[in-house]
Amino acid sequence: MVWRPTLPTKDGARLDVRKTYKLYGGGAFPRSESGRSYVVNDAKGKFLANASQASRKDARDAVVAARKAFGGWSARTAYNRGQVLYRIAEVMEGRHEQFSAEVAASEGLSIGKARALVDASIDRWVWYAGWADKLAQVVGSSNPVAGPYFDFSLPEATGVVALLAPQDSSLLGLTSVIAPAIVSGNTAVVVTSFERPLPAVTLGEVMATSDVPGGVVNILTGSASEIGPWLAAHLDVNAIDLAGVTDHEEATALEAAAAENLKRVRRPADEDWTESPGLSRLTQYLELKTVWHPIGI
Amino acid sequence: MSRFEYAPAPESRAIVDIKSSYGLFINGAFTEATDGKPFKTVSPASEEVLAEVSEAGPADVDRAVKAARKAYDKVWGPMPGRDRAKYLYRIARLIQERSRELAVLESLDNGKPIRESRDVDLPLVAAHFFYYAGWADKLEYAGAGENPQPLGVAAQVIPWNFPLMMLAWKIAPALAAGNTVVLKPAETTPLTALAFAEICQQADLPPGVVNIITGAGRTGQALVEHEGVDKVAFTGSTAVGRAIAKSVAGTDKKVTLELGGKAANIVFEDAPIDQTVEGIVNGIFFNQGHVCCAGSRLLVQESVYDEVLARLKRRMGTLRVGDPLDKNTDIGAINSAEQLARIRELSQVGEDEGSERWSPECELPTQGFWFPPTVFTGVSQAHRIAREEIFGPVLSVLTFRTPQEAVEKANNTPFGLSAGVWTDKGSRILWMANQLRAGVVWANTFNRFDPTSPFGGYKESGYGREGGRHGLEAYLAH
Amino acid sequence: MTTTDTGVDSLADVTSSEDRLRRFLLGLPGVDQVGAEARAATLGTRSIKTTAKAYALDLAIQMIDLTTLEGQDTPGKVRALCAKAKRPDPADPTAPQVAAVCVYPDLVATAKFELKGTGINVASVATAFPSGRSSLAIKIQDTKDAVAAGADEVDMVIDRGAFLSGRYGLVFDEIAAIREAAGDAHLKVILETGELVTYDNVRRASWLAMLAGADFIKTSTGKVSPAATLPVTLVMLEAVRDYHEATGLHIGVKPAGGIRTAKDAIKYLVTVNETAGPDWLDPELFRFGASSLLNDLLMQRTKLATGNYPGPDYFTLD
Repeated sequence: MVWRPTLPTKDGARLDVRKTYKLYGGGAFPRSESGRSYVVNDAKGKFLANASQASRKDARDAVVAARKAFGGWSARTAYNRGQVLYRIAEVMEGRHEQFSAEVAASEGLSIGKARALVDASIDRWVWYAGWADKLAQVVGSSNPVAGPYFDFSLPEATGVVALLAPQDSSLLGLTSVIAPAIVSGNTAVVVTSFERPLPAVTLGEVMATSDVPGGVVNILTGSASEIGPWLAAHLDVNAIDLAGVTDHEEATALEAAAAENLKRVRRPADEDWTESPGLSRLTQYLELKTVWHPIGI
Repeated sequence: MSRFEYAPAPESRAIVDIKSSYGLFINGAFTEATDGKPFKTVSPASEEVLAEVSEAGPADVDRAVKAARKAYDKVWGPMPGRDRAKYLYRIARLIQERSRELAVLESLDNGKPIRESRDVDLPLVAAHFFYYAGWADKLEYAGAGENPQPLGVAAQVIPWNFPLMMLAWKIAPALAAGNTVVLKPAETTPLTALAFAEICQQADLPPGVVNIITGAGRTGQALVEHEGVDKVAFTGSTAVGRAIAKSVAGTDKKVTLELGGKAANIVFEDAPIDQTVEGIVNGIFFNQGHVCCAGSRLLVQESVYDEVLARLKRRMGTLRVGDPLDKNTDIGAINSAEQLARIRELSQVGEDEGSERWSPECELPTQGFWFPPTVFTGVSQAHRIAREEIFGPVLSVLTFRTPQEAVEKANNTPFGLSAGVWTDKGSRILWMANQLRAGVVWANTFNRFDPTSPFGGYKESGYGREGGRHGLEAYLAH
Repeated sequence: MTTTDTGVDSLADVTSSEDRLRRFLLGLPGVDQVGAEARAATLGTRSIKTTAKAYALDLAIQMIDLTTLEGQDTPGKVRALCAKAKRPDPADPTAPQVAAVCVYPDLVATAKFELKGTGINVASVATAFPSGRSSLAIKIQDTKDAVAAGADEVDMVIDRGAFLSGRYGLVFDEIAAIREAAGDAHLKVILETGELVTYDNVRRASWLAMLAGADFIKTSTGKVSPAATLPVTLVMLEAVRDYHEATGLHIGVKPAGGIRTAKDAIKYLVTVNETAGPDWLDPELFRFGASSLLNDLLMQRTKLATGNYPGPDYFTLD
């Protein structure tokens, strides 16, 4: 045997441990059942990572997980859901640098601009967190019907929402479609940006450590064109957001497929994700329930 | 078989660090009072002196209001709602983190059972900040117009019955809306407000946004009458509320008042009987009956009077009166010698007027201020104990025969803060709720509070609402 | 329908016809779910320390019906359980015995033999436990078999299907028939509250069972989830308290299934103490149907005595 000394590592020369980017579903991080992955490059074409490429069966499993989580999540108090969303913001803050690096690489931005987008994403979670226990007060009503009845209307979550996340805005856009869906009690199946999926996987890791129950948010990296039609046609999905669909024909086909079980559809639009979001996404995935009750002795 | 005697289970007071003396919290720092005399705050359960507290004189009040004005003009008023929200979220989290310490401190200074300060007061305090934090960046949705503006400097005077909870009800909406505050806690319960001042420091809240000044009625009067104040918010007795309403006459100050009550708790013959008895007990003995919305007038339908009374008395026999820090205590100490004297006096009046007084057997500690849970039967509308707020663990029982009679009796009072209705019939609940002239009607429950739910009174129980969207409007110009 | 010897004059009328029984049961005051659960939760916050805890732990052990009700039960398993019942903690002879051992009818004889002279009762489930889905004749025979084999106590199940479809007379008659078949054995009537679902039903079924001759009312078979819960037990304790008020008779209560920790058991004892009252703090009137609970009680008992936390390796498996 020849004895060889181990050389000391030079400063700054430590070899890093790289992350495996996987799907996030039902609270766990599986690889795609298909065994497929695809290369994710940065904006300049340099290799970043292999991402799992979700299949229609992964989407099917995600819908099952989302449906299973719906009962519990929608039955939680609004206060509790608000706290959980706020916790997401807290945990994201602790991973600020990681998100910034991933956004910068994915979107080809300076680190400064990426940090600003991460700031905005965290603030957006905070903004939506506050809506949990205010939504019913703003969009609900007591209705002065002409008769001896007490009549009121309250919003309720619609169910399982499929979210085809924006292709360009890898974190702020993603946040802006997930938060309004889940704050009111829906559960979500998200298909990430195809070319910029890494911040979404990290967001999944945040979800897993933020008291978000497993199955409330399920994140599929891969192609919206491939998985979208399966989700649009899935009869156990109640609504679909087409934000990440860039092709008009494709969006039309998805909307038509979604009509089969009368999904609530949000059409793609040219959206500036840095703008204040308003209520439209928040109210998109709500049902309104009106209750009548007689008044008498 | 021997009896199941619960051994003492005291919450440790080692968790709180009470200083021997406290200054005034003005402009982000504790400062000496310049023109007031220090006073002592005691534990009502033992009469032990807990700390010496400064009295803010007129010059101190002036300093505090000026600090609040400066913070309003320079920092808090112009700050984006998003950032105000973050400060309030920080405060909410700090309260959650320090809740056990704050609960012990509250029970020490106020005399309320640790079970209540731990399970009711503190969770509600944190929830209140959490809720209004969420409003700070959404004011345009609050129903107060498209571009609602804060009022300015709010003078806030709070009572001793829920010291930290009343602080939260005052400060959280005021700050969310963009106002700065000068708050005066009650002279018998200043310690948790002073601990809250420390929390403001830990949250890096800009100096002057929250100022806490201690003192008694004179300090409060100087504060609400200060000309630099834009908004007055008061919770306390109807007499003081009336004086405040007079004192602000002719000024531009906005006012909200949350005052006394003499709530009717109305039991119908089809009520869920066991839960009703719990609700009666919770209605009047929660927090020693030191609750403005306490269900102090029990109205029972004659057909179930005997059964309700028998069950109520049996249940009262299991109430545990004693050391507020014991985790098994249900009823703690009366907050002050003065309050105890008033409860004794009105109870004597009840007896003199011919009502029958009953309390379960219970041993009261020799030190401190104590009063047993008490029920008066044979009370009529004309009796003083059916009309005046006793603010203690004393229940007056009256009867009725029909829903109309229940409503007439319930409304036959200058107060109108709250009411309770117990029946299994939904339509009757709603009918009663329509008829009752009270700001809060609890059906098959009592003394429930939530930051999303507006609270406040009709008539001489005050005006304005705290909690919910409407609680925010009290601090917005619109 | 016949009245039973437990129905005193004021209530005899109630069971004189199915119609009257129905009107009586439906006329019982309602139970508000939120209020009942809030009350149970508050009782659950009682803090039982030092001497009170020592008292409660020993009392809880004495109230256990140490239970094995598995398809895989054998005489060997039952013998082991009986050994445990007699001497729960081999390391500590001061640990009290349990109240009873609870088994299927075919294992009663084994248990009876093992427990001879110990004062520990043998309880047998019967009446086509746990579902109760067989003819009355078979249920009666099942009961008679258990009693003939030496069962001191019989744990029967009610016909939940009949109860939920409003056939109260049928449920009443069946309990009364089993009461008769059980002879001198103590009769525990299992309501299976997890299938009755509402507290209103729990209250009605409790009264129905008491009127029909139950010595005990029991929450669950342990085969349906949820089994015993604190609010369900609270409602049943209110029922026996009210029945006592009306008749002067003491009926026992047995929560069974799902009570696994000493902490939980103490919450139940607090609830007994402050609801039905101290009379019920007695194995004659309150039992726990449990198996793993015993070891946790023993562990807490050891912790209290020694000051150190013990581990499960120091307590016997069954």
